[in-house]
Amino acid sequence: MKRLLTALFFFAALLAAWQIVVLSKVWSPVLVPSPASVGRYLWGALRDGTLEGSVLVTMKRLGLGYLIGLAVGVPLGMITAQFRPVRDTLGVLALGLQGLPSVCWVPLALLWFGQSEGAMLFVVVMGTLWSVILATESGVRNVNPIYVRAARTMGSRRLHTWVQVIMPASLPFIVSGMKQGWAFAWRSLMAAEIFVTILTGFGLGQLLHYGRELNAMDQVIGIMVVIVFIGLLADKVLFSPWESFLHRRWGTAK
Amino acid sequence: MTLQQELATSPSAKLSVKDVSKTFHTRGGRVQALDRISLNVNEGEFVCLVGPSGCGKSTLLNIIAGLETPDEGTVQTDGQPILGPGRDRMVMFQEPALFPWLDVFSNVMFGLKLKPGLSTAERKEVAQYYLKLVGLESFQHANIHELSGGMKQRVTLARAMAPNPRVLLMDEPFAALDALTREQLYGDLQRIWQERRKTIIFVTHNVREAACLGDRVVLFSPHPGRIREEFRVSLPRPRDINSVDLAEHATEIMRALKGHLRNSEVQE
Ligand SMILES: Nc1ncnc2c1ncn2[C@@H]1O[C@H](COP(=O)(O)OP(=O)(O)O)[C@@H](O)[C@H]1O
Ligand SMILES: [Mg+2]
Repeated sequence: MKRLLTALFFFAALLAAWQIVVLSKVWSPVLVPSPASVGRYLWGALRDGTLEGSVLVTMKRLGLGYLIGLAVGVPLGMITAQFRPVRDTLGVLALGLQGLPSVCWVPLALLWFGQSEGAMLFVVVMGTLWSVILATESGVRNVNPIYVRAARTMGSRRLHTWVQVIMPASLPFIVSGMKQGWAFAWRSLMAAEIFVTILTGFGLGQLLHYGRELNAMDQVIGIMVVIVFIGLLADKVLFSPWESFLHRRWGTAK
Repeated sequence: MTLQQELATSPSAKLSVKDVSKTFHTRGGRVQALDRISLNVNEGEFVCLVGPSGCGKSTLLNIIAGLETPDEGTVQTDGQPILGPGRDRMVMFQEPALFPWLDVFSNVMFGLKLKPGLSTAERKEVAQYYLKLVGLESFQHANIHELSGGMKQRVTLARAMAPNPRVLLMDEPFAALDALTREQLYGDLQRIWQERRKTIIFVTHNVREAACLGDRVVLFSPHPGRIREEFRVSLPRPRDINSVDLAEHATEIMRALKGHLRNSEVQE
């Protein structure tokens, strides 16, 4: 409760400071719109459905691409950890490509897929995949071999050992890789949406882009607020439960 | 199958180790961990292997567990050669090997779930029986990191006993515990052993501990690992680690151990 109040107070103070800057009229209201006008824009966009529509479009792209990235990345990471030749090849590739800022995939995606949903999906998958592979790989390689030995004496073999021992034992690594993959995917999708107009759906990035074209600063800031909000929400909904499970079970410090 | 039936199956096994040798090849050269080791253990016998670290005790235990293969020689349980790890031989390792992602109860259930022929309800009953046996029934839902060192080893013991193995292999399970906790566990282990009558091979470098627990104490010396001498300890049970009789046995064994160590140093 106290933490909630502290947070509320902080954000209220932030809003107040913003309002004071606007009232002081140092900058033109075209460049620094008031909190109220941003709120009005968001309310209007909600009322006419553009905001929900674009949030939905963006989340669909992100969710689908992210799931594909996980579904491919976790098994690939395990294979990478298990087989030396794969580590020397795919492992190195993953390390290199993870270092590539994910927005760099956008031009390639456009050339390969055109202005299509495929391009968006591709960018998100590339953003997710490499960090998930690397995190899973290091997670698996850091599993204390004593766990596997103990499991073997209890009759656990191959697939059972992978699913019941190696995967849960590397969970702390996998979750942090999932988190990083999410962050990369989110950033690259925004970049792609801002750069590229795709007629099958207007995402948040596109709304941001049009805000700039129209010189509608209230729209630009409003959409940024929404993007930040989604990021926070994802963290709380997607990752916090895992992390608190890990903290509780492993006893790692908060 | 009722709990009583499940507990009554799988009698303890006879174990025979014959001329087992094992050499490790490392970057630093070759290490002969075991040199023609032969050892027979009777059904339900409690045997302690004693020796300074590096004399191959863990290696021998791992070979019996089926986790490593000997270069030469054979290991048999009841006349059957050991080909790999098996539920009939459970291990308590030197480091705690409890799974931190499972709670206490699920750790004990891990091996039970892999044992065929039991229903889920029976498995749970068996797990509860063993948690009770080690005195931790009220900690079923605790996380592993919440347990003290002694409690962890109790859970490990329950987990190893739960699938009802015929041989229990224990590798310095109490070495990392404080003296008081250890004394408690000596008492508990003796009580549990008398109740469940498993064949136990218990590795330690603590002579007093060996004299307290074992029917028989087998002395090892290092470089290469060899068996030097055996002692029978026929004191009545339960034994108290601080008793005078036990101290006498321990002193005798210690003297012998030192003698062998001196000899092997001279040879080198
Ligand atoms: N996996 C291994 N690789 C190389 N050397 C090993 C390995 N395991 C054990 N050794 C060596 O074999 C010898 C016996 O080890 P170990 O069985 O662990 O002894 P103990 O349990 O009696 O302390 C030691 O010198 C150790 O360094
Ligand atoms: Mg050892």
